[in-house]
Amino acid sequence: MNEMTTIARTTTLKDWETDQEVRWCPGCGDYAILKAVQRTMPEIGTAPENTVFISGIGCSSRFPYYMETYGFHTIHGRAPAFATGLKLANPDLDIWIVTGDGDGLSIGGNHTMHLIRRNLDCQIMLFNNEIYGLTKGQYSPTSRVGTTSPSTPYGSVDRPAQPAAFALGAGARFVARGFDVSKELPNVLKAAHAHKGAAFIEIFQNCIVYNKDVFEDFAAPKGAEDRQLWLKQGEPMLYAKGTKGIALDADELHLKTVDVVDGDWEAAGVIVHDVTNRSVAHMLVEMRFGEFPMALGVLYDDPRPTFEADVVRQNKAASEGKTADLQGLLKKGQTWTVTEGGPEL
Amino acid sequence: MATAVEDRADNRQSPLSDAVVVRFAGDSGDGMQLTGGQFTLSSALAGNDFATFPDFPAEIRAPQGTLFGVSAFQINFGSSAIETAGDAPDVLVAMNPAALKTNVPQLKPGGLIIADEGEFNDRNLAKAKYDANPLDDGSLAKWQLLKLNISQLTMDAVKPFGLGNKEALRCKNMWTLGLALWMFDRDRQPLIDWLEAKFAKDPNLAAANVAALNAGHAYGETAELAGPLKQHHVDPAPVAPGLYRTLTGAEGIALGLVAGAQLAKLPMFFGGYPITPASAILHHLSRLKEYDVTTFQAEDEIAAICSAIGASYGGSLGVTSSSGPGIALKGEAMGLAIMTELPLVIVNSQRGGPSTGLPTKTEQSDLYQAVYGRNGDAPMPVIAARSPGDAFECAIEACRIAVQYMTPVMLLTDGYIANAAEPWAVPDLTSYEAFPVEFLTEVPEGGFKPYGRDDNLKRPWVKPGTPGLLHRIGGIEKEVDTGHINYAPDNHQAMTDIRKAKVDGVKVPDQVVELGAEGGKLAVVGWGSTFGPIHQAVRRKRAEGKDVSHIHIRHIWPLPANLGELLKSFDKVIVPEMNTGQLKTVLRDQYLVDAKPVNKVSGQPFTIAEIETAIEGALA
Repeated sequence: MNEMTTIARTTTLKDWETDQEVRWCPGCGDYAILKAVQRTMPEIGTAPENTVFISGIGCSSRFPYYMETYGFHTIHGRAPAFATGLKLANPDLDIWIVTGDGDGLSIGGNHTMHLIRRNLDCQIMLFNNEIYGLTKGQYSPTSRVGTTSPSTPYGSVDRPAQPAAFALGAGARFVARGFDVSKELPNVLKAAHAHKGAAFIEIFQNCIVYNKDVFEDFAAPKGAEDRQLWLKQGEPMLYAKGTKGIALDADELHLKTVDVVDGDWEAAGVIVHDVTNRSVAHMLVEMRFGEFPMALGVLYDDPRPTFEADVVRQNKAASEGKTADLQGLLKKGQTWTVTEGGPEL
Repeated sequence: MATAVEDRADNRQSPLSDAVVVRFAGDSGDGMQLTGGQFTLSSALAGNDFATFPDFPAEIRAPQGTLFGVSAFQINFGSSAIETAGDAPDVLVAMNPAALKTNVPQLKPGGLIIADEGEFNDRNLAKAKYDANPLDDGSLAKWQLLKLNISQLTMDAVKPFGLGNKEALRCKNMWTLGLALWMFDRDRQPLIDWLEAKFAKDPNLAAANVAALNAGHAYGETAELAGPLKQHHVDPAPVAPGLYRTLTGAEGIALGLVAGAQLAKLPMFFGGYPITPASAILHHLSRLKEYDVTTFQAEDEIAAICSAIGASYGGSLGVTSSSGPGIALKGEAMGLAIMTELPLVIVNSQRGGPSTGLPTKTEQSDLYQAVYGRNGDAPMPVIAARSPGDAFECAIEACRIAVQYMTPVMLLTDGYIANAAEPWAVPDLTSYEAFPVEFLTEVPEGGFKPYGRDDNLKRPWVKPGTPGLLHRIGGIEKEVDTGHINYAPDNHQAMTDIRKAKVDGVKVPDQVVELGAEGGKLAVVGWGSTFGPIHQAVRRKRAEGKDVSHIHIRHIWPLPANLGELLKSFDKVIVPEMNTGQLKTVLRDQYLVDAKPVNKVSGQPFTIAEIETAIEGALA
């Protein structure tokens, strides 16, 4: 987010809660994400009035109603476009986009791509539950092949999109992953906020009604060590209590898992995580769970100038030395004056 | 058009006796639009009133010599008020066989054809699907024909400059312009100045073009005695003293939007997506950054309007613009702007539809879309511009309504207005009343209600970033006053009623009668760019003693409060429109009047004669 604009403020979790009754299903992963965000905001230290949550349509998109900030619950898939106009109108605002796999990758995939490509300074939280919840359980663009749902009673046949890979492919300069009940989620959110530019966070979220426990294979507390790879800048990519790691197969140009003996990860060829390494980031987002652990945390973080800063800069440069003399503008170009004697240039 | 001031009353003289219509037609690459534009300027400097009609193909570089690649520019200029680009040309300049074939049917009997016979070769004749050369086979006998080898004459004129063949031939349009300048007794110097400025980087090319211009002019002088070529002088039109410029509709809209934002004391945010014929507005505004204008070329039409709404939410005046197909895509977002009650101006430069339709041709067939074309009960003010100059006024009016009522407003223009040029008396901006916006910045007495209302039923505008007024808005039904989510039956009824009452209550000026009496045998009711032909036709019929009046509606929604009574004061009402009868339906619905449709959907504007015929039919 924008450092020149941060209005520091000491707040508590309570300051970020609205008086509105939360209307998600009991047990929904969204509750955990909401709490994580409300808990993180005081740590970030921004002012609620300077913060805007913008959402599209879907379960996740009810989020703004529950944050004591400014909020705009817009239309399906278009939150990035509203955010773009708002940020250009007032670059000082701290904008969080809340979207889902259907909202952000299906109906709104186009806008998500362009927001990321332009690098608008904002945080994009994409709640991925691999299902359409609010419309009662149809399969989504991230649903796994074979997902049975009201619209795919014989199982879905189309291949799922991979949100993090999509974001990176669209030119993202920050890509992170977390999941709803993870204790690490606030740290991921803080890193996203600290990144100046479009920060894309895929948050795996458990839809307990229509796609229950679909992420349990890696998110379940039991055995999490073996199935989760939490990436930390400057640290080796280790998991399973340091007994396994991720290395590069230099001949085949892909990642592989290796066993680490006696903690000697260097000998095993385990890579040290460099958040600015875009090539490795591409491999991390493509790592298939099962064969590999699930890569979580900040996968990639390498800022570059933001869209709104460039727009402001260009507007300023183009205005330099010019006065906003509209009357003068009206008579710019080829004019003529009509007098009693007739027209003349 | 609108510059004439002394021609309001009935004019017993035939109003077009002192006006001339010239049509330049050629291949897309022949520079006809440029020729027409410069001839327009010379008409302005000669003091003539004028109206123009650029008519060009949708293809950017259509194959040379083809019928669908013909580009034409028509100008009507005269010594009295000119309000249309003219029904039928008096003079047709045809730069190739295809241009002749597509344009000669409209030429007045006895009118003059100037044809570049150098281009009437077998290849071009075949492309234009001529079996025989029309210049030689007598098929053009009902017109006067002047065959000139303009190509060769141009080549000869620019020979000293050593241009390549292709470059030399590109000076043809200047040769033609030179001849046209001579025909109408025009001063060449402003055009020479313009050429020298245009080609300042290549003085040789400038000199070649000037030579071509002079050669065309000289040809007229020397050839006068032989053949049909005669010099005409058209006297200046009586025009109010003042400063003038030419203005296209796209320029009128862009400048009016800037003026509107300034009068509202707001920065403007314009979200657009390329579409014909609306793109010109985006192009104009993108050069006006020093006027606190931010332009954003979005990834699609939907993002264009959504970004504009986002900017309005942030305290800018959000504006978006498109043409019919793009407006259709924006529909859902318009509903959100209505629901969240944020100001927004949506400009629709209408074109021939449905679907892709006729992108470069004009039509008025989006009125239903503007007034009714959204899901739910979604009322929205709609304004229609009648001319380029009027587009400036309408854009200001749209901005005013948007901010004074916190509502999206649709401004309708069309392809004809967008591209046509007219002389425009530069207005004095100090004569416009400002309507500065006041944002709510602190909790008012009685507490903050995001959906509380003033006398206009307008809700407060709060910019995010304002302490103490945090709130959430969205597309789900709002609770009265608080703006919280509320699905209760009574609340939805109340909110629907409020949204309707707010738009119904938008104050618009009473409807005036443009020409003729208030009440009588026949009212001709129009809107938008049909103003010119309707006005001229009504003037002519009144000159013949017919009881007919012209009413032209700017405020399509809500309609002026006195309109129903006014319409009922006439025995008959006809509604000429470039659609199948859309305003007619609205008038019937609103006032139970027997409004009769007069329709044309050919992609071309009405001619005066067509409206005259309709008037005669209604009075018969």
